[in-house]
Amino acid sequence: MAFEPKIIGFLCNWCSYTGADLAGVSRIKSAPNVRVIRTMCSGRVDPSFILKAFQIGADGVIVMGCHLGDCHYQEGNYKTIRRIPFLKRLVKGFGIDPRRLRLEWVSASEGDRFARIVNEFTEEIRSLGPLKLQVHTELRKTIHEPVEVV
Amino acid sequence: MVTLKIDDKQVQVPEDTSILKAAEKAGIWIPTLCYSELFEPYGVCRLCVVEAVRGKRSRVVTSCNYPVREGINVLTNSPKIQWIRKTILELMLARWPNVKVVKDLARDVGVEKPRFVSLQRDEAEDACILCGKCVSVCREVVQANVLGFAYRGIKREIALPFGVQSEACIVCGACAHVCPTGHIKMVVEDYKGKKPEFTLGPKTAIYVPTLQAVPRVPVIDADSCIHFKTGGCEYCAKVCEPNAINFGMKDEVEEIEVGQILVATGFDIFDASAMAQYGYGTLDNVYSSLEFEMMLNSTGPTNGQVLTKDGREPRSVAIVHCIGSRDTNHHSYCSRVCCMYALKYAHLVHDRTKASIYQFYIDMRAFGKGYEEFYVRILDKGVKVIRGKVAEVVEAPPAQKDEGSLVVRCEDTLAGKLLEIPVDMVVLCNAIEARRDSDAVRRLFSISKSPDGFFLERHPKLDPTSTMTDGVYIAGCAQGPKDIPDVVAQASSAAARMLSFISKGEVEIDPVRAFVQEEYCSGCKICNSLCPYTAIEFLAEKKVSHVNEALCKGCGTCVAACPSSAMTGHGFTDAQILAELDGIMV
Repeated sequence: MAFEPKIIGFLCNWCSYTGADLAGVSRIKSAPNVRVIRTMCSGRVDPSFILKAFQIGADGVIVMGCHLGDCHYQEGNYKTIRRIPFLKRLVKGFGIDPRRLRLEWVSASEGDRFARIVNEFTEEIRSLGPLKLQVHTELRKTIHEPVEVV
Repeated sequence: MVTLKIDDKQVQVPEDTSILKAAEKAGIWIPTLCYSELFEPYGVCRLCVVEAVRGKRSRVVTSCNYPVREGINVLTNSPKIQWIRKTILELMLARWPNVKVVKDLARDVGVEKPRFVSLQRDEAEDACILCGKCVSVCREVVQANVLGFAYRGIKREIALPFGVQSEACIVCGACAHVCPTGHIKMVVEDYKGKKPEFTLGPKTAIYVPTLQAVPRVPVIDADSCIHFKTGGCEYCAKVCEPNAINFGMKDEVEEIEVGQILVATGFDIFDASAMAQYGYGTLDNVYSSLEFEMMLNSTGPTNGQVLTKDGREPRSVAIVHCIGSRDTNHHSYCSRVCCMYALKYAHLVHDRTKASIYQFYIDMRAFGKGYEEFYVRILDKGVKVIRGKVAEVVEAPPAQKDEGSLVVRCEDTLAGKLLEIPVDMVVLCNAIEARRDSDAVRRLFSISKSPDGFFLERHPKLDPTSTMTDGVYIAGCAQGPKDIPDVVAQASSAAARMLSFISKGEVEIDPVRAFVQEEYCSGCKICNSLCPYTAIEFLAEKKVSHVNEALCKGCGTCVAACPSSAMTGHGFTDAQILAELDGIMV
């Protein structure tokens, strides 16, 4: 069977998630490989989520947020833009090609851009091949104890 | 107060009034060529001479600058005065035989042919008669001091300093305005833009913006006002009785605290000069929809008459739909309102002129209540409705000039024929587009735009008036092109929405909020500076951070940054997201 990349996408609620929604509503075809997790802001994407995604078997991770200056929360995406380059260096140390991690800006009106980026990134990961990360089987699932919500 | 008699008529005027003004008050006409209320009398034309009789003494004086005296009797038309005036006008007529004001005055006093021959005869109809009004107005009103007299005697003339155009001249046109013969003209040279003879903007520097303006008071256009260029003029302040004109007013920035905002910033119209094939801005009698609307307005520049630039009634008018809309090179959307206002134009042109009317459309979208019926009515009036987008508008070749000054080239797609229609006037139905500063506005309110550039609503069907930002609503063409009934409906809905919050007195907020698990918080304060809403404070006693839930918007930036996972977000806890991650990897 041909290699189908598993990609995790962290999409901000206001721009990218709406943009992805628009792509769907506009019937724009895009690769089905990106599995979307909605966060309120791209600034909510904890670096540990990305590492965890790679750990449990993602071949690529894409974080999408509002264009700079368009953030619904004023400056959340500026926090993200500082975190991702740092993470790229970090994942390199784990033996993960930094190209497997990407940060993109997609606004609520850019359904076509969303589809283009998704297709492009899927193709890139496909050409990079599966991520063969040596991970202890015990770690192949999320290990955080659920935090009690008060 | 001074009491005097003018031609045996008793007049009472304040001191320091000139005889000319006193006579004006008494309803007695004294001829003059150089006098104006705008500036100090110059007394150069000598036509306003009168006889001032005091007792047995009589003096001939110029009435424009001779103040009234108690008890004098002024004779404005005595045989002596008549003789003097006649002589002056004979001299003037000898020098400027074709100037209308001189000819008219001469005829009024009974001079048909002068007895004299002038050495400096000027046959021109608009010759300069050296009245000096332009010099006075430039010196005293405009205060630019650009014009002056040069030379003496019969060589005397109005001149610019050193005979060259002065940099001090602000091109206000006051000299041309006061010139009684039309010798001074405002000429536009080397102007590449739209020809300005048919200006649709305000004609003066102080004007009432529109008849419907609220408050309906005049405003000063500081860019055109003489006062703001030279410090002079202030004529409007002189004539304003309640002294309401204040040149010292400055733009002010006011801060007003509000709970909700309705963004109704409207639209721009597509600039048709971007489509050179339609000749907008280069050909005469090619109008944009708003310009034509202005022409049709009864308070507009033509008082509602449909006129070509040379003041004739057009023999035929072409109305061209979809300029910049439904066009992949410009805006792919339909502008919605154009079809109907184009039909309205046809209706009004048909009512006011005998012109034959052509409509060039792609698809006729008579979509609203009563609109289709109106379309049928227009068809019944004999308006020629042609389906096909106009290819170009060009100046008519000489052979076709008799039928129209312009030629519209188009394909009639229903008949499958190429058409060349001569017309006198072309009206372009420009697309409605997002305002040019809409990006800055939407950043200000942190709202999004749709691909067409208009503001994005929260949901196109279920929530078309509110935005992703709580408390910010949109209405009207800022959200997308729409006609008046739709705008009214949307704006009313937005207003009702806002009122419901006001009457409720409280707002519901999203449950997505960050909170601190105090037992895990080490008090590192990393989160404190991250929050764009300053919702996180540090409790010095407990040495932990605390989230103010009313200020928190739930973005989660602090949650992602917390090194000890003490910060958690309702609805988006680490555990929830990791569980999600676990689930979708299967």
